[in-house]
Amino acid sequence: MDWMLLLEWVIKSFVLSLILLGGFAYLTWFERKVLARFQVRIGPNRAGPYALLQPIADAVKLIFKEEFTPARAEKILFFLAPIVTVVPALVVAAVVPWGPDIQIGSYTLRLYIADISVGVLYITAITSIAVYGITLAGWSSNNKYALMGGLRSSAQMVSYELALGFCFVIAILMSGSMRPIDIVDAQRNGWFFLIQPAGAFVFLIATLAEVNRAPFDMPEAEQELAAGFHSEYSGMKFALFFMAEYTKMITISSIAVTLFFGGYLGPFVDQLPFLGPIYMLAKIVALLFFMVWVRATLPRIRYDRLMAFGWKVLLPLTLALVLITAVGILLAQEVNPNLIWITPVISAFAGFFAIGLVDRSLRRKAYAAR
Amino acid sequence: MGAQILFFLCAALILISAIMVVTVRNLIHAALWLIATLFGAALLYASLDASFIAVVQVVVYIGAIAIMFIFAVMLTRRELLIKTDQTNANWPLALGLSAVMLVALGYVIGGFGVTLNTTPAAIPAGVDPLTLLGKALLAPEAYVLPFEVASVLLLAAMVGAVYVAMNKK
Repeated sequence: MDWMLLLEWVIKSFVLSLILLGGFAYLTWFERKVLARFQVRIGPNRAGPYALLQPIADAVKLIFKEEFTPARAEKILFFLAPIVTVVPALVVAAVVPWGPDIQIGSYTLRLYIADISVGVLYITAITSIAVYGITLAGWSSNNKYALMGGLRSSAQMVSYELALGFCFVIAILMSGSMRPIDIVDAQRNGWFFLIQPAGAFVFLIATLAEVNRAPFDMPEAEQELAAGFHSEYSGMKFALFFMAEYTKMITISSIAVTLFFGGYLGPFVDQLPFLGPIYMLAKIVALLFFMVWVRATLPRIRYDRLMAFGWKVLLPLTLALVLITAVGILLAQEVNPNLIWITPVISAFAGFFAIGLVDRSLRRKAYAAR
Repeated sequence: MGAQILFFLCAALILISAIMVVTVRNLIHAALWLIATLFGAALLYASLDASFIAVVQVVVYIGAIAIMFIFAVMLTRRELLIKTDQTNANWPLALGLSAVMLVALGYVIGGFGVTLNTTPAAIPAGVDPLTLLGKALLAPEAYVLPFEVASVLLLAAMVGAVYVAMNKK
């Protein structure tokens, strides 16, 4: 192993982790400010200009809070659960390309950490590991509410992972590769969002469920479960769960940008490669704003409806979208390249049909019969 | 040499955690040790340059099957789990069968003529193992029949599960 290469990896990982953690801190500020605007409030305005020091104040407060472990908790798992939650949220960002290669003299700076040929599958693998942290936190706390929160979250994440996985399949079909860099490159002639808008929307909905955000924030439904899976956590351990949630928001937005919104591509990015990360950042912030917007707008949906929505609406819809995309690509290859534009039309119809199905499939049959 | 050390570390992880799976009393702990075993197998695949199989191992076994185990165990009562016996009357038979299996596997692997100094064959340049795998799974002259049979089997299991869970009225 070339030690220079190793050093490069270490430095890049370190910088990326710092960016993600800094991003986490200011995402909380961003969310509070934006939510406040939605609710016609001012929001945080004490610590520094525009409350820019608020995240630092919060961090100091959390560090000095007492760490509390319930008497009959599973000590080791209780300690490990926050770590198991945070680590996947960070390492999943390793395969995301943040920009084109930048030439500095004779040295080529590549703006990604790992170039894995099965990068998209790696993302699904890591997100599927992320379920464990929440489930184990709920179980090891020895608290009914925490256990219910953990159970709900594991069921929810496993269910929506299917829809998410099929959206990955759509992007893989359109690019013909599982390597994130190739997927971004394949979008030079048009973002995949344009070819498969319904798939992109399903992806965004499924990511909301995957990161336990409103309206799918079941695991922490305050009215029903206290604070859900992290009821018994305090101090820095609680901060780690918080960190995981917000870091996941950032990384999953970056994945959505890579798969459906053209990644780092934008005007003049080939001439001026440093524009790549800037475009990437702008798109990520737009998606984060979308997530906060959804939280400010929609109420939490009931748990049985959440599961019905995932299994009866999203899963069949994504299956249909995979088929539509495959047929569209085949027609474009065999008959006429312009036929690829059949895909967005038919998938939009499929999407509207699914919206029509929402009400039907979410109705409880037992109640309807009475 | 590094590959051999890595292999022995993975093998130790797999064996120790596999023993823990069947010996610990707490079922959640057993499921977690099972995850360690599966993860060790994924590491083995990764060390053999089979990145696709390694990642699929993590997605399917750790991400789906093991989480279902944990989910099921969490729905059962804790006290009940700790007091039940870990073996039943068939354990001598199981031990005998395992011993026969060990001898048979040892005989087969011994026949490969692999020693500790054997290095793995490199993947030829220009060959994408993933494309080959995909084509082999769907080519009529290769594995399409077993592939389809397996998917029909899974479909049948799924229909059966839905039938069992269905509210019969």
